Amino acid sequence: MIAPVLASLTEQNADAPVYVAQNVAFGIIAALMVFSAIKVVTAKNVVHAASFLVMVLAGAAAQFILLGAEFVAVTQVMVYIGAIVVLFLFGIMLTKAPMKGEERVRRDKWLAGLGTSVVLLGVLVYALIDGFGRSKLPADLQPTDTGVVSDSIYGSYLLAFEAISLLLLAAAVGAIVVSKRD
Amino acid sequence: MLLNQFLILAAVLFCIGVYGVVARRNGVLVLMSIELILNSVNINLVAFSAMTGQVSGQVFALFLIAVAAAEVGVGLAIVLAIFRTHKTVDLEQADLMKG
Repeated sequence: MIAPVLASLTEQNADAPVYVAQNVAFGIIAALMVFSAIKVVTAKNVVHAASFLVMVLAGAAAQFILLGAEFVAVTQVMVYIGAIVVLFLFGIMLTKAPMKGEERVRRDKWLAGLGTSVVLLGVLVYALIDGFGRSKLPADLQPTDTGVVSDSIYGSYLLAFEAISLLLLAAAVGAIVVSKRD
Repeated sequence: MLLNQFLILAAVLFCIGVYGVVARRNGVLVLMSIELILNSVNINLVAFSAMTGQVSGQVFALFLIAVAAAEVGVGLAIVLAIFRTHKTVDLEQADLMKG
């Protein structure tokens, strides 16, 4: 399974320009992201897991910049790293209690999780290579103009935008109600 | 750059997140794994947006970031409520409904 993946990833047309810098940057960031993600789900200490989550999210922001989506990258840094990870740290601090047996993940659950994710990964990678094996990103990838993004949000997706704002309001009120001390 | 390198990276992150959701018992860690999953979906959306040249993918990525923020808020509130009633964040002991 690995060989066709590598072949499809390294294959370049002879006449197409090779974007070595972008590919090297992608490789480094991707390796860092995968390593950090594995550390997130295997860390014994939850605070360490939150720190590694920051690395995954920052790596995703870097990939967005590679893809020319600057506004999404900035939003990712502000919302995910600025707000969500801080929320996680607060959650960890507020629930600082010894977990009996958290030191070792139970063997049957560990096997179930590993089996599920490996099978899922195999299916996904096979489907992706089958479906998009030769698809290339446009060679002249320009950063997207933020004005175009905002025009789309407030134009075609205005209703969805309003629904998202209502959802956020409901979630904020719900979070307060659920976590409120009686 | 190939489209597939981003899609496969997102698939790997997705599967790591699924492993975290299935195998871990700490409620906060399970929420972090769900963040990994949502984030990999974001990478997919932006990659397709870059490939097709349409901006809709980025708009949906922004919506997804907002939904993820709402999800973490409610999820952590639920974990806090479980901690208040059970004095633990072990999800295996949150079995009041005997599911």
